[in-house]
Amino acid sequence: MAMSRGRSFPTGGVLRRPRLSGVDLFVGGGIVALLYGVIRLAHAMGAPTATAHVGIAVSTGVAHLPYYAARSLLRMFIALGLSVVFTFVYATAAARSRRARVVLIPLLDILQSVPILGFLTVTITFFIALFPGSILGLECAAIFAIFTSQAWNMTFSMYHSLVSQPKELDEAARMFRLTKWERFWRLDVPSSMIGLVWNGMMSFGGGWFFLAASEAISVANHRYALPGIGSYVATAANKGDLAATFTAIVVMVVMVVAVNVLFWRPLVAWSEKFRVETAEAADSPRSITLDLLRRSHVPAALGRPLRPLSRTLDRLTRPFGLAEYPLHEAPVRRRAGDVAFTIVVGAAIAWGVYRGVLFLGHNAGFGQFPRCLGLGFLTFLRVVVLVIGSTLIWVPIGVKIGMNPRLARYAQPVVQVLASFPANFLFPLATVIFLAIHLSLNIGGVFLMALGAQWYILFNVIAGATSIPTDLREMADQFRLPWRQKWRQLILPAIFPFYVTGGITAAGGAWNASIVAEVVDYGKHHLAAQGLGAYITRATTAGNFAEVLTGVVVMSFYVVVVNRLVWRPLYHLAESRYAL
Amino acid sequence: MRYEPFAPQAPVGASVRVGAVTGAAIVAVDHVFKHFTTPDGSELPVLEDINLTLHEGEIVALLGKSGSGKSTLLRCIAGLISPTQGTVTYRGTPLNGANPGVAMVFQSFALLPWLNVRANVELGLEARGVEPGERRTRAEQAIDRIGLDGFESAYPKELSGGMRQRVGFARALVVEPDALLMDEPFSALDVLTAENLRTELLTLWSGRDFPTKAILIVTHNIEEAVQMADRIFVLSSNPGRLRAAIVNEIARPRDRRSPEFEALVDKIYAIMTAPPGSEKGAPAPKVDPATASPIELPLPHASVGGLAGLLEILRNRGGRDELPELADLLTFEVDDLLPLVDAAHLLGFANIDKVELALTPLGDQWVGADILTSKEIFAGQALQRAPLVRAIVRALEATDDGTVDEQLFLDLLGRGFTPEEARAQLDTAIQWGRYGELFEYDSVEGQLLLPVADAPTGPPAPAGVGRVAPDGGGAAAAVGGGTVAPDGGVAAAGDPATGRGGPQAGEPGSPAGDGR
Repeated sequence: MAMSRGRSFPTGGVLRRPRLSGVDLFVGGGIVALLYGVIRLAHAMGAPTATAHVGIAVSTGVAHLPYYAARSLLRMFIALGLSVVFTFVYATAAARSRRARVVLIPLLDILQSVPILGFLTVTITFFIALFPGSILGLECAAIFAIFTSQAWNMTFSMYHSLVSQPKELDEAARMFRLTKWERFWRLDVPSSMIGLVWNGMMSFGGGWFFLAASEAISVANHRYALPGIGSYVATAANKGDLAATFTAIVVMVVMVVAVNVLFWRPLVAWSEKFRVETAEAADSPRSITLDLLRRSHVPAALGRPLRPLSRTLDRLTRPFGLAEYPLHEAPVRRRAGDVAFTIVVGAAIAWGVYRGVLFLGHNAGFGQFPRCLGLGFLTFLRVVVLVIGSTLIWVPIGVKIGMNPRLARYAQPVVQVLASFPANFLFPLATVIFLAIHLSLNIGGVFLMALGAQWYILFNVIAGATSIPTDLREMADQFRLPWRQKWRQLILPAIFPFYVTGGITAAGGAWNASIVAEVVDYGKHHLAAQGLGAYITRATTAGNFAEVLTGVVVMSFYVVVVNRLVWRPLYHLAESRYAL
Repeated sequence: MRYEPFAPQAPVGASVRVGAVTGAAIVAVDHVFKHFTTPDGSELPVLEDINLTLHEGEIVALLGKSGSGKSTLLRCIAGLISPTQGTVTYRGTPLNGANPGVAMVFQSFALLPWLNVRANVELGLEARGVEPGERRTRAEQAIDRIGLDGFESAYPKELSGGMRQRVGFARALVVEPDALLMDEPFSALDVLTAENLRTELLTLWSGRDFPTKAILIVTHNIEEAVQMADRIFVLSSNPGRLRAAIVNEIARPRDRRSPEFEALVDKIYAIMTAPPGSEKGAPAPKVDPATASPIELPLPHASVGGLAGLLEILRNRGGRDELPELADLLTFEVDDLLPLVDAAHLLGFANIDKVELALTPLGDQWVGADILTSKEIFAGQALQRAPLVRAIVRALEATDDGTVDEQLFLDLLGRGFTPEEARAQLDTAIQWGRYGELFEYDSVEGQLLLPVADAPTGPPAPAGVGRVAPDGGGAAAAVGGGTVAPDGGVAAAGDPATGRGGPQAGEPGSPAGDGR
């Protein structure tokens, strides 16, 4: 894919997962085992008395809004920092250790397939139990939810950058005897930087959705609320206060745009210097903020005192040794290590699955599974309608925008903001409309899910259309291809890889959104749809962990199966056949 | 100047008495074998029983075609990979990790794009924990010496290829390595820049304060080896063995046009084009193309278009010419030229006598014929003399539906080649087979298929492949069912023979409907 012209999200490599055909069973087992483990932890630490007084009343006074917004923003950046640290550790371990890779990469694949919103219940209970009687638990749960929406993409991106590092750079690093620490900062991080920043920016956008969903939530018949813009909207919706909702939406848009202009655009422009292709890209991203910073002396002044620090760190980490590995390793020892490792990992998974199944059998009963599969099918239909509908609407529009370079330059950041904007802020407004026209949430739910998910398709289609080389476009004009033929033979094949990326992301987003979109409240009105999302939400509110687990497992099952049967083959086709 | 047949039993350093080479051994390679394990578990020899020693005070060149394992050998010496068998020692100590006494210059420069020239040069010093002040002074010196002053704060992408490689040299030399390893350091540069940099490096080398005591250069450029090296090792291909060790005693500075220089170049050309095995004095094991297996007789990586172009030029130059002349004319290096020469020889279109390439009558006919006839000639020769093409056609004919999955051939080839080489072999065979209309290839499904025989009722050929007309033999190229790959017209589009051949109606074998 031509990354310099139009960039897709997630970027290449994030979706190019390892071949897992034989490991699918392992993935399924892993999901059950992992989820069960988290639930047990939460249970063990769950002190019911401690949960009663958590959270504060959120005011809908406009004066409070800037403070709430700042609190929310802080949460976002803390989560981003955690995601970066997690990415560094996890991706490096997966890329550098043969044995760790075997476990870490499928595990990441699992984590990416689990609709994490459904697990908010469990994490909230866990964190509240961790910090009894303090708001810190809620804070941690919200930050954790945002973290889970950012970390996986970034980790996959860095892992992919590390394993596809140019061979001669790796050889140069070893030849010149860099220490592990030096290699990480001089080679590994810089060579992953572009993908990391781009995926970080887009995931950060996705994080707003989780922020809004996790600041105010009902778990086990308790309403929890954190001071933040998300709970502000939730409170306004509960009161049926449209004016406050509008104000919050405006503040949110300002915040998303400001973070983009002041933080992400400069970072994206700055990260261009880490491009490994040595030729200068024709139209590299630019940022006014970055230009300003570069002209001022502040960054240099700030950097100067840090230099001795970096030198000291270089020296302190010297004992960790060179970024080298011995050329010779006794094959017997290696084999024995492999066997022991396999046994330990296999036993852990088997035990987790066994305990998880027991837990489900005791608490929810396996009768829930057929029911969940049925409900899941209804939600699946909504996702299908959503993807097809968004495709029919946004592909022609996206192509129109992308084929017009001037328009594309302005449209892409706008679409990016639209994709970042947390769709759940709009739910109250949409609910008002549904109530007015008496639309059932069974159908309206599709629109609610689409509010957030559709933009990934538009965004990627624009990126795809932008990347059609000018000479091919001129060729099409010169041969006067009729529009039908032009679409069939030029445009659709060219945007296909980008569309597939957008489609996977949109579908994944829609599954996650179903958890908040299939049950909505506005004032005294309560709307609910038939579906797996509603099932999970209800189980969450009632505090029925076994049912949450069943619902999330079934939802993960749908996501994994559809990815394997539909998206993966399409992605493979796109890569082998239609990559420009 | 002296050429002696190489005796594989004795270490080269010991067997060759040279005036210039009296220094202590820096790196010694002792009975090194390198095997790669293929996915199906079989072992592929890449290097076989290599012995050589790099002494203080000499420049040694490793010369070989692609596939001779010369880069693999260099990486064994650098301590980047381990030999399967045998040892590499640095000053007597066996390596178990990157060689502490050498620095390497890479073909692709391997500069960190996010560091400026000075930071790139300082990289190795920083890793050794040299204090910032001293680091700076030493980097400045290296930058000055290598002719980069004024570019200290430039980033690699702002520099030309030649300047980037200068940074590569400065970065390697600033750590004052015992020996400098160079992996085709000039092959990514244009001819003039490469010549300029080579000369400057030799000037530095002959200077008194040059810190490095020996240079080992891997190259496929014969003239480069003759110009630079005191000793030249020629490696054979598949697997790489030391084929010849040549002591180069031409006085420096060496003049490329001097008769002794040209004589040595011719001699090395003759060694490199001689059939494998012949250097041992024993009669070469005769491989008969008509019966050999695809593994016994691999296909040279030559495109049909390149082959036709070379023979066309040969024909215009009277049907015969010397290889160094041809290489010069085309500004080709050995790696570009030899696969084409090997392919011409394999297909019976040309003969090699020492360093002279001569067109056979059949080759002459192939180059001169119109497109359809030339395809027929090519198909016949490929079927008879290219084992892999023959194997594919036989396999296709043996199936009911005339399709075979390419994986079958990749697996078969995997017994004798690395996965990459197996893929390259199959790709060459596919290109040859497609050109000769012996079979077709569906790149999406990865399937090889027989051309649909006479399909009068079949759907019309899709637009764009119309140029691949049915040949006179009756096998139709038109395919229905969308199985034709868009580049199915490769021969028609990419082959110089086409443009020239045109519709020469009336040629033997051209279809009745063509022309008249």
